[in-house]
Amino acid sequence: MPQMNMIQALNSAMDIMLARDPNVVMLGEDIGYFGGVFRVTDGLQRKYGEHRVLDTPIAEGAIVGAAIGMGVNGLRPVAEVQFADYIYPACDQIFSELARLRYRSAGDFWAPVTIRTPCGGGIRGGQTHSQSPEGIFTHVCGIKVVMPSTPYDAKGLLIASIEDDDPVVFFEPKRLYNGPFDGDVNKPAVPWSTHPKGEVPDGYYTVPIGKAEIVRKGSAVTMVAYGTMIYVCEAAARALGIDAEIIDVRSMVPLDTDTICTSVKKTGRCLIAHEATRFSGFGAELSATIQEECFWDLEAPIGRVAGWDTPYPHAFEWEYFPGPLRVAAALQAVMEAA
Amino acid sequence: MARRSRLHIPQHHSRPGEEPDFSYLETSPAGAVPRPDVNARVRDIGSLSIDLVRVLDDSHVAVGPWNPHLEVPDLQIGLRHMLLTRIFDERMQRAQRQGKTSFYMRCLGEEAVSVAQGMALRPKDMLFPAYRNQGLYVVRGRPLVDLMCQLLSNTRDMCKGRQLPVMYHWAEGRIFSISGNLTTQFPQAVGWAMAAAIKGEDDIAVSWIGEGSSAEADFHHAMLFASVYMAPVILNIVNNQWAISTFQGFAGGEQRSFAARGPGYGMAGIRVDGNDFLAVHAVTQWAAERARTGAGPTLIEHVTYRGAAHSTSDDPARYRPKDDYEKWPLGDPVLRLKNHLIALGEWSEERHQALAQELEVHVTESWKEAVQYGTLTDGPRLNRDLMFQDVFKEMPEQLRKQREQLRAEQGV
Repeated sequence: MPQMNMIQALNSAMDIMLARDPNVVMLGEDIGYFGGVFRVTDGLQRKYGEHRVLDTPIAEGAIVGAAIGMGVNGLRPVAEVQFADYIYPACDQIFSELARLRYRSAGDFWAPVTIRTPCGGGIRGGQTHSQSPEGIFTHVCGIKVVMPSTPYDAKGLLIASIEDDDPVVFFEPKRLYNGPFDGDVNKPAVPWSTHPKGEVPDGYYTVPIGKAEIVRKGSAVTMVAYGTMIYVCEAAARALGIDAEIIDVRSMVPLDTDTICTSVKKTGRCLIAHEATRFSGFGAELSATIQEECFWDLEAPIGRVAGWDTPYPHAFEWEYFPGPLRVAAALQAVMEAA
Repeated sequence: MARRSRLHIPQHHSRPGEEPDFSYLETSPAGAVPRPDVNARVRDIGSLSIDLVRVLDDSHVAVGPWNPHLEVPDLQIGLRHMLLTRIFDERMQRAQRQGKTSFYMRCLGEEAVSVAQGMALRPKDMLFPAYRNQGLYVVRGRPLVDLMCQLLSNTRDMCKGRQLPVMYHWAEGRIFSISGNLTTQFPQAVGWAMAAAIKGEDDIAVSWIGEGSSAEADFHHAMLFASVYMAPVILNIVNNQWAISTFQGFAGGEQRSFAARGPGYGMAGIRVDGNDFLAVHAVTQWAAERARTGAGPTLIEHVTYRGAAHSTSDDPARYRPKDDYEKWPLGDPVLRLKNHLIALGEWSEERHQALAQELEVHVTESWKEAVQYGTLTDGPRLNRDLMFQDVFKEMPEQLRKQREQLRAEQGV
């Protein structure tokens, strides 16, 4: 099986979809000739032409607004917003339009738009290149929200997103582009080529939206996470020698409540981890849902570990990031409670 | 399954490996563009937004009605500020390459914009810069050490470690906090100017964006409010031809000048040779007087060239010819002002060399001082508790708890 990093896997997904479906088009800043600032669209314009892989002006609202119009007119657009931190000018088009078009027109109009956007910290990007705003999008009815943590899932989920007739906001945890990262910045970087999930089929396949994955079986506690935090959770559980079951949410909307709650009912304990700020973060929704479904099986209060409720500070990147130390402390607390 | 598409795609004039081609650039001869009264009606001065205001001619002489007739010492100060900006940029670029700081953005080739404009304004005028206006700090006299400390996110960083390098601010110097999000400062500058008008003060606001950023909705919001309220503001588009990898045609510069958007909104628009120190100074004085006297806002397009990469994270060799900058028809702003001063008999190669050396020493010494206060990787470091301050004026309980949690996590 070929080895791919997450950038190559995403590129392969788009390559396949551009080849399979003449209605698939890409648009975004620097994505065409240049191939994207993270090289994710490298070579696609050369292969499919500048009428299907469009460089755009710097106008996120126009990118998404135009993608909606293209979608209404029969195309299947994949829009890139260069950093999730720059998605806010597009939010009126996403929240008020893209998310509700099907609803307000009683199903007569809809736009199958996928919005790809790199998120997360750990690249010395400061407060405007490090954010994880996924929780904001999960609060809007009518858009699907996904975030892969492996090259395999990245490709399969992106193909599924492009094929989906509903809009999808597709978050790419950019710290994972080149390898799994467990939050310890002093360790040498691990490339995807040494990781089983770096094995990615060349051809077409999908990973269904709405299905979580148990990435580690365990019995003592359920750790629920996504994106970069999967590897931090693995490292923290390993460090404490705790037999944790680790669930990669992958799809926040729709949420695979069954997989998560079945696990929590089994283990009786739960820790939720995300990189985004804690207050009103997606962890709050997870915690509420798990509490509602699993209350009588819980042996301890559900724990949450997250980024601090501050902007992402450039000089304190690793003090901000919920790394293995913080996750381990939270895990310990969940294990010791009650 | 190829379909015929009728969509127009702006075409780059030259790509890597090709000859640079600037045949698209429309210029006017130096001295050719008339200078209207500062209170001229917008409808009568439309051509200012199409032509190119230039003062320095090919023999380095200042000609025409836009010649600001600056005193020689001012010209020499302008040259000094531009050269210092350039030397500072080169040194900071090297510092990033050496891993001392995480990121840097040079303004190579665009020095005249910030320096000439900064000098043409009053100290109390409020500046809302983008991230390539470091010359404003040089003109207003912020010590380089302070800028370097921000770049290093060290113990004397004005941003307390919160911002990416180059995102400076200076309240006393009246320079607004730089945002990483593009064009947000444009409507804010208009609002600041509206407040000055509401309060009956004659300070004006000035803001800068790149031509690429003029695509953002905030550009249009700013233009609309500025023209509706005749706000005392100067809005600058620095058309350096490049927005990372996409050339100015992708921002809408293919069919019409950016300056022409001014008259489109009912405000004055001026297109100026951004590498001509004297021309930039002159149009800024004109626009400042127009704003200050209540005659309305001005949109200035500075036609210049981004000589450097977008940032230290960018590699322009992937998308433009290597010698593009060398072939730029409007030359180098530093060299052009230097040659003008030499033509006036007020400068020489020897004096220029001596000045460059003096400024190199100044930058080196500033750097030596700045690194004493820490670098991104070597101590002393900022107190990590600072992370939790200034989210709100008063720290809420929830952040207090998180601060304690971090202290416990770090064992302090």
